[in-house]
Amino acid sequence: MRTLTYWQAISEATVQCMEADESIFIAGEGVDDVKGTFGTTKEAFARFGASRVIDVPNSENATAGFAVGAAAGGLRPLLVHTRADFMFLALDPLVNLAAKWRYMYGGDKGGVPVVTRGVVGRGWGQGATHSQSPHATFAHYAGLYVAAPASPADAKGLLVQALTGDTPVVLVENRNLYPLTGEVPAEAIGIPFGVGRIARRGDDVTVVATSLMVHEAERAAGQLAERGISAEVIDVRSLRPLDERIICESVARTGRLVVADTSWARYGFTAEVAAVVAEHIPDALTAPVRRLALPDCPAPVSWPLEEAFHPGAGSIVEACLQLCGQAPVDLPALADVAAGFQGPY
Amino acid sequence: MTSGRARLLRDMVRIRVVEETLADYYRDEQQMRTPTHFSIGQEATAVGVCAATTTRDWVYTAHRSHAPYLAKGGNLKAMVAELYGKQAGCAHGRGGSIHLVDREVGFAGSAAILGEMIPVAVGTAWAFARSGEPRAAITFFGDGATEEGVFAESLNLAAVRRAPVVFVCENNLYSISSSIGARQPAGSTIRDRAEAAGVTAVQVDGNDVFAVHDAARLALRHCREGRGPYLLELATYRWREHVGPGFDHGHDHGYRPVEETEGWMARCPILRATETLREQDPDIDRTVAEWRVRFDDEIQSAVAYAKEQPFPDIEALLDGVYQPVPR
Ligand SMILES: Cc1ncc(C[n+]2csc(CCOP(=O)(O)OP(=O)(O)O)c2C)c(N)n1
Repeated sequence: MRTLTYWQAISEATVQCMEADESIFIAGEGVDDVKGTFGTTKEAFARFGASRVIDVPNSENATAGFAVGAAAGGLRPLLVHTRADFMFLALDPLVNLAAKWRYMYGGDKGGVPVVTRGVVGRGWGQGATHSQSPHATFAHYAGLYVAAPASPADAKGLLVQALTGDTPVVLVENRNLYPLTGEVPAEAIGIPFGVGRIARRGDDVTVVATSLMVHEAERAAGQLAERGISAEVIDVRSLRPLDERIICESVARTGRLVVADTSWARYGFTAEVAAVVAEHIPDALTAPVRRLALPDCPAPVSWPLEEAFHPGAGSIVEACLQLCGQAPVDLPALADVAAGFQGPY
Repeated sequence: MTSGRARLLRDMVRIRVVEETLADYYRDEQQMRTPTHFSIGQEATAVGVCAATTTRDWVYTAHRSHAPYLAKGGNLKAMVAELYGKQAGCAHGRGGSIHLVDREVGFAGSAAILGEMIPVAVGTAWAFARSGEPRAAITFFGDGATEEGVFAESLNLAAVRRAPVVFVCENNLYSISSSIGARQPAGSTIRDRAEAAGVTAVQVDGNDVFAVHDAARLALRHCREGRGPYLLELATYRWREHVGPGFDHGHDHGYRPVEETEGWMARCPILRATETLREQDPDIDRTVAEWRVRFDDEIQSAVAYAKEQPFPDIEALLDGVYQPVPR
């Protein structure tokens, strides 16, 4: 199979879906500019032009409402935010309308398949607002699907699924993943929401992760192998629906659970996964659950503070060793996935 | 007696009779467990505008939804059943008074959050324009909603995209109990704000159904000709309390003087239209009286129907979040 970068995979999915379905259009601030949203909307603009790749005013609230209305009128909007923080200004249409539309209008009147891509992630002192990942915020609401693809193949497959399904979807893309390469099928094949993936098999401890943390977990698993510990890494792919089965089957086997996320612990993804295990297989755990998430403060800018703020492979290694009853050790430091990020934005 | 003008009067009488009857049941029986925002006194805005649309034009509204729903031709029985929370309701009892819908006639939805449906109508209008069909989207909202940021965003977006949308502001001077003078600068108008954003806009006497209708026809023609969005600022007044069946002017509520309300009630849109039509049709009062009887029968049987209907099955609580309700 051929190899694409994560951003190329998104671009390819977009173009293929737009080719197959005339009702799809892209709307976002600057989606038609030279940078083309990290390259992801460039080809679509070149191919389909300004009538289907529309630059919108700086009006996140109105644009999201506009997308809901366009979807109700039979179109398929793909909204793009170069920073997911802007989606807070679109919360009303997304949470109060898009998520609830089908249900509150009686269930059989049709939903509004608004797809929203939001870019998240650290890098170059993005700071308190630009460096946060609101995936759990959206995953809280019934009626939305929320996914955070970690690989180029998933970035393509989940976007294809979103653009061909009939549920509003929020896709959270970590900007540090854009240069990542991987095998991607040439065809536009959807990956169903709610089906997780075992990124690496293991028997001693389960690491459930999402987005960028899947890669950190895989690196951690590599190091743990050197210490004789076999860690299983689960990439949930979508946060809602959540593949509870893949999580519980793994933990039932390993008896140990580490959950790693790019956001905060309280009321978040890590809390949800821990609750799923506690509810379904309370006796399976031979050690307490460990959660690796952001410290309870906004993202700082200063370089050493920022380094300390983001959990990485090292902290996953540490947590797994501890759960497996092994003393912490000095293993060679791991290159951070995010270290590949090219600044300055 | 079926001239277009008489039809406007008749539709207002129907809405008035329906809402007054529902308000009585609401108060006396407390079986409609959904917050209701009546448009009694404001019928001319809904009727005048909706009569200028076809079923291919879509109407969205805010919380004050019954009158536009009925004016658009929405199914009365399904609306009443919705207020009673029944499966036969237009939203199967999932929506209530604030989430009415009747796609068949182009009533596309109503919503509880101020200003929320304004950009939605812009999006639908844009979708219509893209398909090349001469259809328009219409969005009703109050003066209070124009204070939400999304109103300004939507005017701009609609103007930039030349969306065939008619913004209909029912300016009834109050947002719950705050008068417009406390919320918007003296001397400013909603029409001016729309014009400043590049949207063609007019102010119309919202209690004169014929004037509203004429203005709405112009607005819709403007949209259908591809000339972009249009705003109608319609001056009107609600007679009842903001939410619920009662009258609330007077000393205990204190936010609007009795004389003010009585002054507006004297300018009742139904009386005014009746007076106008009396010149051509001396029999109009008898006709109106007959309509009242007919619509009273209609609403009584709709209420009886709604009461007889079953509530939704509790087993079906989760249906329709992600999938259509199985039929
Ligand atoms: C965003 C938002 N803020 C506040 C409210 C509470 N609220 C409901 S109706 C209303 C008054 C609205 O006044 P207006 O828009 O003029 O409409 P009217 O009720 O007069 O028809 C308010 C403040 C709301 N529903 N949504």
